[in-house]
Amino acid sequence: MGLTLSWLSIIILIPLAGLFLKSLELSPEQFWNILSSRRTLNALRVSFGLAFAAACVNLVMGSIIVWALVRYRFPGRRIFDAIVDVPFALPTAVAGVALTALFAEKGWLGAPLAALGIKVAFTPVGIFVAMIFIGIPFVVRTVQPVLQDLDPEIEEAAGSLGASRWQTISRVILPSLGPALLTGLALAFARAVGEYGSVIFIAGNLPNVSEIAPLLIVIRLSEFRYADATAIAVVMLVVSFVVIFAVNRLQRWAQSRIPAR
Amino acid sequence: MTIEVRNLVKKFGSFAALDGVDLKVDNGELLALLGPSGSGKTTLLRIIAGLDWPDSGEVSFNGEDALAQGARERHVGFVFQHYALFRHMTVFENVAFGLRVQPRAVRKEEAAIRARVKELLDLVQLDWLADRYPSQLSGGQRQRIALARALAIEPRILLLDEPFGALDAKVRKELRRWLRSLHHEINVTSIFVTHDQEEALEVANRVVVMDKGRIEQIGSPDDVYESPATAFVHGFIGESIELPVQIANGVVQLGDRPLQLAADGLAPGASKLFVRRHDMLVGPPGSGAFEGAVQHVRNFGPVQRAEVALSGGETIEIDAPRDRELHVGDRIGLEPRRYRIFAG
Repeated sequence: MGLTLSWLSIIILIPLAGLFLKSLELSPEQFWNILSSRRTLNALRVSFGLAFAAACVNLVMGSIIVWALVRYRFPGRRIFDAIVDVPFALPTAVAGVALTALFAEKGWLGAPLAALGIKVAFTPVGIFVAMIFIGIPFVVRTVQPVLQDLDPEIEEAAGSLGASRWQTISRVILPSLGPALLTGLALAFARAVGEYGSVIFIAGNLPNVSEIAPLLIVIRLSEFRYADATAIAVVMLVVSFVVIFAVNRLQRWAQSRIPAR
Repeated sequence: MTIEVRNLVKKFGSFAALDGVDLKVDNGELLALLGPSGSGKTTLLRIIAGLDWPDSGEVSFNGEDALAQGARERHVGFVFQHYALFRHMTVFENVAFGLRVQPRAVRKEEAAIRARVKELLDLVQLDWLADRYPSQLSGGQRQRIALARALAIEPRILLLDEPFGALDAKVRKELRRWLRSLHHEINVTSIFVTHDQEEALEVANRVVVMDKGRIEQIGSPDDVYESPATAFVHGFIGESIELPVQIANGVVQLGDRPLQLAADGLAPGASKLFVRRHDMLVGPPGSGAFEGAVQHVRNFGPVQRAEVALSGGETIEIDAPRDRELHVGDRIGLEPRRYRIFAG
């Protein structure tokens, strides 16, 4: 207990407290000015907006991938299962370079898309793509064990009670997976918000357009405007904390309805 | 509702789970499908329910083709061995599920649904658990809820797959009796699968004994116990002594010793002799068809179970009444009061 607490403090709480203390050097007015500057607001909007959109996409696609991996036996299933972890393991810079090469105007995917008039690399769409890439394993790996635990017999039971396929999914399967899906969504979102390495390669990093908040922090740091950097950091921290806290509460609520077996 | 199954075949790869099964179930019957694991009994049940499909053969309910319908349309209540309750729903909502998913046109009003669920919970005597979640119930309670849930849709047929298989012995016995009286009350055509002969003989009106995808015998519990149709049935139901014998020149031989047993009407060749354990009467050495030495004795309430080494070297277990105490080392004669000999 004591060990856990001290370790947690050293690793997590003390650095966070330091961050808050640093931001206290700013007067409320200065703090507000930094945050309400157009560039900061846009960076935060790009980061949180795209991260949320990417997490939602991951939720849907991740669920489909999980379903296939758990419920079907097909050749190469184990390989696909392993591939899901690649975004976990790949250095983010490598992912960024690879995605950029792929989606650049002359890249394998970028060229056909460019012919359709869609530009991915060096636009916010690129950020979106990178965020999807790094977020997908979070959804898959959170939902997978829960789905594996879900007895296919309950689907048969629902069917024999007269439920249509859709009723079985919406009334039986999704509610059973609910807490896991929410957790997956939150983790993918948190990861996408914090993602730096892969995004900066593909983003183009135009201020106000495709500049993410973590990059803005780095830029401010390199300009020695530490207070500005911490102010943005504090906002990201608070928002992330609120999201995680909300999901935690949601999960608690869901679990109080489904006590562990 | 009558059920008729004709020449049902189902293969999983090269393994024949059902190998030409014919079965007729009468209206209001409580039928047991009894067999060892892998005998195809669960597969037969699942095909009747519409959860599995046969490779060939027919299934009809009241004369109409059931295979043309999916599980959803068949209106069959199915109870799973491991309950398959919806764990995110309360007991009440589990039971109400079948009523809530009905098409809008026929769906009952909320008040009617509530009344029906209440009625079913009363029927399974668990109305006080309505607001609990399945995880908060004992195994026996869960299975009764699963049964109430299956009954909610007023099924034409009730199918139960090893309903008491996951429960401990005491609860199992209680539920058996309870199921029989429940069936008496609701009188819906029911089939249950079990590998427990005691369960089948105690609960069912009729027992279907299966082995290796085929039906070995269909009959009343008394029939299958008292007059087994095949060697398999004799060996599977009740505790039997099984001895390999030879029939030659109208004489039954165990090894090279002739036995004082009638061999009338038996085909010559290798055969199997079956005697119920309690049908072996103990006498002094030299009396009876067999002779042997007692090797081990255990007492089970009214009977003593003795392991006896026959003079030919075979070891058998007999159940003898306690009126004559047996001791290790005793030499005894054994006379089968009743026996059956099957070819093969």
